[in-house]
Amino acid sequence: MAKGIWVFAEHSDGSVRKVTFEILSEARKIADKIGEELCAVIVGNQVEALADKCGPYGADKVYVVENEMLNQYTTEGYTKALTDLVKQHQPSILLCGATVTGKDLFPRVAARLETGLAVDCTDIGLDDSNQFFVKRPMYAGKAYAEVGFSDATPKMASIRPNVLIPSPPDESRKAEVIKVAVEISPDDIKAKVVEVVKIAGEKLDLTEAEVIVSGGRGMKGQENFKILEELAEVLNATVGASRAAVDAGWKLQSEQVGQTGKVVSPNLYVACGISGAIQHFAGMGTSKYIVAINKDPEAVIFGKCDYGICDDLFKVVPKLTEEIKKLKKD
Amino acid sequence: MNIIVCMKQVPDTEAQIRVKPDGSGIVDSDIKFVMNPYDEYGVEEALLLKEKFGGTVTIVCLGSERAIEAIRTGLAMGADKAVHLDDPAFEGGDAFSTAKALAAAIKGMEYDLIFCGKQAIDDDLAQVGPALAEMLGIPQIVVVTKVEVSEDGKKAKVNRQIIGGEEIIEVPLPAVLTAQKGLNEPRYASLPGIMKAKKKEVKSVKIADLGLDPNAVGKAGAKTQILKMYSPPQRESGNIIEGETAEETASKLATLLREEAKVI
Ligand SMILES: Cc1cc2nc3c(=O)[nH]c(=O)nc-3n(C[C@H](O)[C@H](O)[C@H](O)COP(=O)(O)OP(=O)(O)OC[C@H]3O[C@@H](n4cnc5c(N)ncnc54)[C@H](O)[C@@H]3O)c2cc1C
Repeated sequence: MAKGIWVFAEHSDGSVRKVTFEILSEARKIADKIGEELCAVIVGNQVEALADKCGPYGADKVYVVENEMLNQYTTEGYTKALTDLVKQHQPSILLCGATVTGKDLFPRVAARLETGLAVDCTDIGLDDSNQFFVKRPMYAGKAYAEVGFSDATPKMASIRPNVLIPSPPDESRKAEVIKVAVEISPDDIKAKVVEVVKIAGEKLDLTEAEVIVSGGRGMKGQENFKILEELAEVLNATVGASRAAVDAGWKLQSEQVGQTGKVVSPNLYVACGISGAIQHFAGMGTSKYIVAINKDPEAVIFGKCDYGICDDLFKVVPKLTEEIKKLKKD
Repeated sequence: MNIIVCMKQVPDTEAQIRVKPDGSGIVDSDIKFVMNPYDEYGVEEALLLKEKFGGTVTIVCLGSERAIEAIRTGLAMGADKAVHLDDPAFEGGDAFSTAKALAAAIKGMEYDLIFCGKQAIDDDLAQVGPALAEMLGIPQIVVVTKVEVSEDGKKAKVNRQIIGGEEIIEVPLPAVLTAQKGLNEPRYASLPGIMKAKKKEVKSVKIADLGLDPNAVGKAGAKTQILKMYSPPQRESGNIIEGETAEETASKLATLLREEAKVI
């Protein structure tokens, strides 16, 4: 019988991504309830050093799957590495972050294992008879669903970053580290990454940002986003945009928030010169706090925000930056 | 070059989504349905490639009778023909059982490239493309913003969005690509296009045509089930901060963010 809860531990630039700790912390509670062990799986090349990071968040074991061919993420290489290991050990539940990588990898893995996958979940848990189930948004968050699984295992879910709360790490907790060799030949990887183009200044993906400052058509031009960047700087925020701002060419497609852009749930979302169209709201409606700065008192967004300022954003935003700077100094 | 575009009909993005009181689904009687916006980018890219390389563009759509409208939109944009998996046995499935039916239908067809949308904006699963690729045994590239097919039509160079930038991936064809906004600007169907679309072939495919076990597709073949649907908590309208000057309102807001919301 399948046993064990596994978390695919995603890493980048030599550190484990925060979403992994969020999932481990929540999965620990489930593992305790059903009396199964919690394991992290790290896939890559020379990544053993990262294994120590998972114990403090609750992992009992860490599988480290290494191969030179796994130095860079590829769908085919990682799918093979992960499915081979899953077939060998047969965990009951397999989780990952709903990140760029998780959204590419898990659907492929689930199809290969012929099992069920619920993506972009905002909660995971057990029902009254200890069956695993998840909650996830549909229709870009205009509705939610509780989703259960057939008997196929592992039951798979990807979880949206920033929604589960990581436990404080217990540094005295050590996980057993198990190194696993995987055979991958160059022929296994047909889709090859030939180049990675970095966009300067874009460091944290919007979906993982805890604070987002967004601009819309009211920004009136690309050059004016400078005031949002300054506000973002003091708030340690990532800058986003409405579709109107993206379609005007002021911001990149990867920065669009909304139903046909990114769906985000930061602690704080500051919407500047954004009217609050249904498609935009679909992308940020689950933010913990929403601030709206808009000069139109009739703007829809004022009906759905926590704090609003009805005024010219070009006057308010620079002042807000100053005020927050002052507060942070105290 | 023969290209397949997988397409789904979904509620318009403007639609207010209301969950049925018993949580069994959404009220869809008053909703306007359209082609999934991401699939439009797939159709457009297929048409651009056809203009360059020749060949055919075939739409493959799993969905109820109603979906014929979205299929006609694709044909009016310029796709040559369509395959409509319209057996009720295919419906109510999850990504796995949907991909299973699509794969069975596509296996018997000739194709060099398959486009799907990045995700369908109803279920928001972003799963059918990769599952389909796996079932067909071909590579996938998801969230694609640029496609360049080599002169001989045998491989493609594809840009895909990642955190902080883009990956450029080389892939032998056939492959499944899932289209992201930014890939192109989808054309509108022209009036002659709409007229022509009425005469184009739409092949209806039932479960018996594919030789599939009814338990393998649709609701019966699904690996996940929606137990219940519910509406998200509605946000109340908030505190509109009053003040004489921008300085005053900004200062009040900063204080509230620190002391009440505790987010800074
Ligand atoms: C299929 C489809 C998908 C879509 N997907 C998305 C999506 O993913 N994301 C998205 O955002 N939109 C999406 N949209 C578009 C959406 O319907 C709106 O058109 C868009 O969100 C409007 O952007 P906006 O709020 O920036 O612009 P507007 O609605 O034009 O609002 C601009 C606001 O700025 C205010 N303003 C102007 N000047 C100032 C100033 N000096 N100071 C303060 N306030 C000022 C105005 O009062 C106004 O409220 C989609 C639409 C469709 C049809």
